[in-house]
Amino acid sequence: MSIEVKEGRDIRKVVRDLVREYGEEKAELIPILHEVNREMGYISDEAIVELSELMNIPSSHIYSVATFYRMLSTEPHGRHVIQFCESAPCHVAGGRQVWQKLQNELGLKKGETSDDDKWTLLTTSCLGLCGVGPVMVIDNDIYGNVTPDQVPGILANYE
Amino acid sequence: MQTTRSMVLVSSDPESLDRGALDVFSTLQKQITKYGLEEEISLSMISDVSKHAMSPLVLVYPDAVIYGPVTKEDVPRIVEEHLYKGRVVEEKQISAYDLSGRVAWLSARKGTLPAENRIVLKNVGLIDPEDIEEYIINEGYEALGKVLKEMTPEETIKVIKDSGLRGRGGAGFPTGLKWQFVRGAKGDKKYVICNADESEPGTFKDRLVLEGDPHAIIEAMLIGAYAVGADEGYIYIRGEYGLAISRMKKAIQQAREYGLLGDNIFGTDLSFDLHIHAGAGAYICGEETALIESIEGNRGEPRSRPPYPTTAGLWQKPTLVNNVETLANIPAIIRNGPEWYKSIGTPSSPGTKVYTILGNVNVTGLIEVPMGITLREVISIYAKGMKDGATFKLAQTGGSSGSIIPASLQDTPMDFDSYSNVGVSLGSGALLICNEDTCVVDLAKVLLNFFRFESCGKCNPCRIGNKRAYETLANIAEGVGTLQDLKDLQMMSDQLVELSNCGLGQTAGSPLKDILTHFRAEVEAHVKLKVCPAGVCPMSGQRVYQFN
Repeated sequence: MSIEVKEGRDIRKVVRDLVREYGEEKAELIPILHEVNREMGYISDEAIVELSELMNIPSSHIYSVATFYRMLSTEPHGRHVIQFCESAPCHVAGGRQVWQKLQNELGLKKGETSDDDKWTLLTTSCLGLCGVGPVMVIDNDIYGNVTPDQVPGILANYE
Repeated sequence: MQTTRSMVLVSSDPESLDRGALDVFSTLQKQITKYGLEEEISLSMISDVSKHAMSPLVLVYPDAVIYGPVTKEDVPRIVEEHLYKGRVVEEKQISAYDLSGRVAWLSARKGTLPAENRIVLKNVGLIDPEDIEEYIINEGYEALGKVLKEMTPEETIKVIKDSGLRGRGGAGFPTGLKWQFVRGAKGDKKYVICNADESEPGTFKDRLVLEGDPHAIIEAMLIGAYAVGADEGYIYIRGEYGLAISRMKKAIQQAREYGLLGDNIFGTDLSFDLHIHAGAGAYICGEETALIESIEGNRGEPRSRPPYPTTAGLWQKPTLVNNVETLANIPAIIRNGPEWYKSIGTPSSPGTKVYTILGNVNVTGLIEVPMGITLREVISIYAKGMKDGATFKLAQTGGSSGSIIPASLQDTPMDFDSYSNVGVSLGSGALLICNEDTCVVDLAKVLLNFFRFESCGKCNPCRIGNKRAYETLANIAEGVGTLQDLKDLQMMSDQLVELSNCGLGQTAGSPLKDILTHFRAEVEAHVKLKVCPAGVCPMSGQRVYQFN
């Protein structure tokens, strides 16, 4: 989920292309929002208004959908997004200590983005990787069996 | 822990003790040593078996033979004949079906341990999931050919009904009956949906089927479509499962190229095509009506039922929704027949169950075993014991919404009915095994934290109840809980179970309820003594949440 907001890229064109590709059916709304989120890093107000016109769906409905699902974001994120699994299997396997270390290292709490826009720290529900808990995901990289000591080294991999 | 050849258990409920269970135990110990079997055979007392006319009981695993009532005079013969020579002492053996109470029903899986019995995971890890030919070589699409050429839709439904297959998503509804409802529902258009929104924390069985054997799901959905009269289907895969989505897409593409999806399949009247819908991160979408709402492009908020999806589902048309694991059983049942399927597992819950073993054990991972195995067997045989020789404290079944199983229930056969008889549920198949370092207040806090975020917010008991229960627990974990808080927690857990609109809220209350029932003393220690016995909770004395 590395955030590359394409400079100068017209969000309206992105949305138009997607609607042309997926169609205007309401069933395509969530797949399209997925794509917008992936391409732009988040779903902006402009994107919602444009989609509303093209798909003939009230913008209030699109906003309610975009804010309902965890993988969709209506806020811009940092360049790297950390998702830490906070479900019970990871918690029992030592996740509590790793989470504490992660917050200390970054100086961030859950849901926050660093001032330099480098990091966004999120928690996630189970990713289905419980065999190797505690698990965290940075952008698209998965880290399993994480210990508190490994946290600084893992973070250092990212520019 | 060393892996042993056999495990011998002696019942130790008050009645058994009264009738000489301790003598039986010590005689067993002496006799096992006499034959030099002490390294091969582990001997222990089984705690908390309910009162039974046949007690004391001696249980021998993995043969799953139960002897009773056993006196110390019987012991030498049992050790010599059974444990030494391997011959069951039939006169002392009792049928598991005669047993009531917590030890019931063990014999149907006689001899199956410790081997796994793979039906759902038959091909997983053995074939190339991106090559349809490998699936076809391994009996793939044979079952589809059989139903299309030899069976009517009604006959197909009858086979599934006769097999006794029950839904593996957690609730255990009879699959054949569901198919029959959709078949019988009036509608010009019907849908088949595969629920692959596997979001229960600790559960990843469906992911491995989707990634390892995607064509099994396509074949099962085709059979379902033929049986209920549907021509379109959706596979709703959670968005986090990137590999599963791409494998499934590829499998659908290949099936289309081979004429297995599309119009007039195998030259018959059956036409069926499949779409994939990727979820966007919402636990609630595993609830079938929320899942349907999500496919329609809405927030995943469950509908009020009735009407059920079987009569008014996707776009208000009759819709068959089945879990991945349920579907993965279908081709094998069609190929081998219902009698074969019923010979595996327990009478009321035939077949196998896929479990994910997690937590403080030596070996974590995935197993597929017949229904009716016990937690003790899972831990000692498949998980190779507790990590660092620790003591088993509790297990949580079925992810966040499952039950908390205390040590006293670890000999209850794991099938839908045996579990519901003792007030717990099997759920999705996750088994989170916890040792004595686990604090139940801390665990409940994690679970409620999950639900307060995953509640869709539609109904009050769930939206407010989970949040307030979490906050109350957070206060208790800081050592500022009161007796009133305990009463409130009890009330909230009851209300969640009884008043919530959908399965999420109804099951959200159950782990909390279980903890208050089975671990009350430990919770009370936090409140009355301001002590966390496991040493996990912060107990800072600082209130984190204020209520008015």
